[in-house]
Amino acid sequence: MSDAMTSVMTGNEAAATAARLARVQVVAAYPITPQSPVVETLSHWVEQGALLAEFVRVESEHSALSVCIAAASVGARVFTATSANGLAYMNEQVWWAAGARLPVVMCCANRAMAAPWNVLNDQQDSMSVRDAGWVQLYCRDNQEILDTTLQAYRIANTLNLPVLVCYDGFLLSHTVMPVTVPTQTKVDGFLPSTQALPIIDPNDPRNVGQVTLADPRPNAEGVLCHGYMELRALHHQALERALQVIPEVDSVFAGTFGRHWGGLTWKHLLDDAEIVLVAAGSLGMELTVVAEALRREGLRTGVLGIRAYRPFPGDAIRAALGGRRLVIVFDKAISYGHEGPICSDVRAALSVDTAAPIVFGAVAGLGGREITVEQLLAAVRKAHADCCAGMRRRPTEWINLKLQATA
Amino acid sequence: MNASTKDCGHEIAMAKPSAGEAGTTGEWRTLRPELERSRCLAVRQDDVVCQLCWAYCPDVCIQQAIPPTINLGYCKGCGICAEVCPSDAIGMVPEAPGEP
Repeated sequence: MSDAMTSVMTGNEAAATAARLARVQVVAAYPITPQSPVVETLSHWVEQGALLAEFVRVESEHSALSVCIAAASVGARVFTATSANGLAYMNEQVWWAAGARLPVVMCCANRAMAAPWNVLNDQQDSMSVRDAGWVQLYCRDNQEILDTTLQAYRIANTLNLPVLVCYDGFLLSHTVMPVTVPTQTKVDGFLPSTQALPIIDPNDPRNVGQVTLADPRPNAEGVLCHGYMELRALHHQALERALQVIPEVDSVFAGTFGRHWGGLTWKHLLDDAEIVLVAAGSLGMELTVVAEALRREGLRTGVLGIRAYRPFPGDAIRAALGGRRLVIVFDKAISYGHEGPICSDVRAALSVDTAAPIVFGAVAGLGGREITVEQLLAAVRKAHADCCAGMRRRPTEWINLKLQATA
Repeated sequence: MNASTKDCGHEIAMAKPSAGEAGTTGEWRTLRPELERSRCLAVRQDDVVCQLCWAYCPDVCIQQAIPPTINLGYCKGCGICAEVCPSDAIGMVPEAPGEP
């Protein structure tokens, strides 16, 4: 097949297809809803001989990521996928993969965290590992899942950082839509061969991630080695470099495949918007429908989608939101006792801007709670009315919450 | 090699396995093992026997010998050698005066 082919597929199949096209060499995963079909599909291809990879069956997510860490440490291209409690279970290794600067690519089919048990969508799982030092990208449809997973390998290899590709469980993971599948030849041209820092070689052994105390210290050969804080600063600098690398990779991708996704953020009807709706993932797509409806009511509304959540694109946010009248951030997660995580970060990014708009936060869709366009329209109209009434701050709005008011 | 000017250049924590990779951990010690030759089985039998202290030392600070020798540059003073010695030849002595 010499040309790209369009197939109807789920988000999970799009993620698996990207891993196959990236020629992953080691896949290790433990099943968890709604991610399971990703690795079931990959295991099927490995069994068929359609994917020349080692599929390692493990007893837990902690081991799944451990296997990926080990394989990446010897220079293999690796892939895994998880959701919610599986991501929480691998938490220790999430930090290790980042601190060891391994180019691991993992998909997260976003799902609500237990307790109580719930397999449906929100984004609390990936938000809970935002500080671990991975690049975090959010997808809005199945084509973007395929394309972003391919981009993730190039970003990971460029920066020696792991990349978490997030997409909404069920809403995308189990929903079919047309997806254009690029040819293997073109993907091979786009993805460089993988090279970890360092390649462990039995003939030249290394101790990686050994005890590293507070201050720089000479090693046994007398060479001064970084202390813990220097290594963390270098790690942070790599995340900051990702602010350039993510858009560059998106642009190279566009040159090869003809599609681009906005780099760090994406915009819809933003140019003249007085009201801007902000979200990550598929909710952003729904907000485009809301913005168009509000414009018919005379409210100049636009959407700013968050594609890269870590690193956080503060400059892009300031450039996009400075001078607007009202910004409403919709989070599918909450930092309990505070507010939605994206809302906090947007507020912080705008805090130094004299033309900062009013920012209201809303939490929606936790544990798969339906979010309708009508509810979002009502929420924006109410926020606009509050803003017009002179309100400058207000508590986080819980969209479509069905708690009875107590007397 | 001058430790004050040469930088490893690594973006990650990485070392070649070698003695003293984590520094001279002897500085951590508050109790020092002291071997009383006359009690040591190896000395009494004039042969490389017993050597349990060598086998049990978690930091590989003890060399097999008559008697076994302890590298105080790396010994953290954990006292395992004193615990396992079948002839009570090793005692743990405070490094600083006044310590228990």
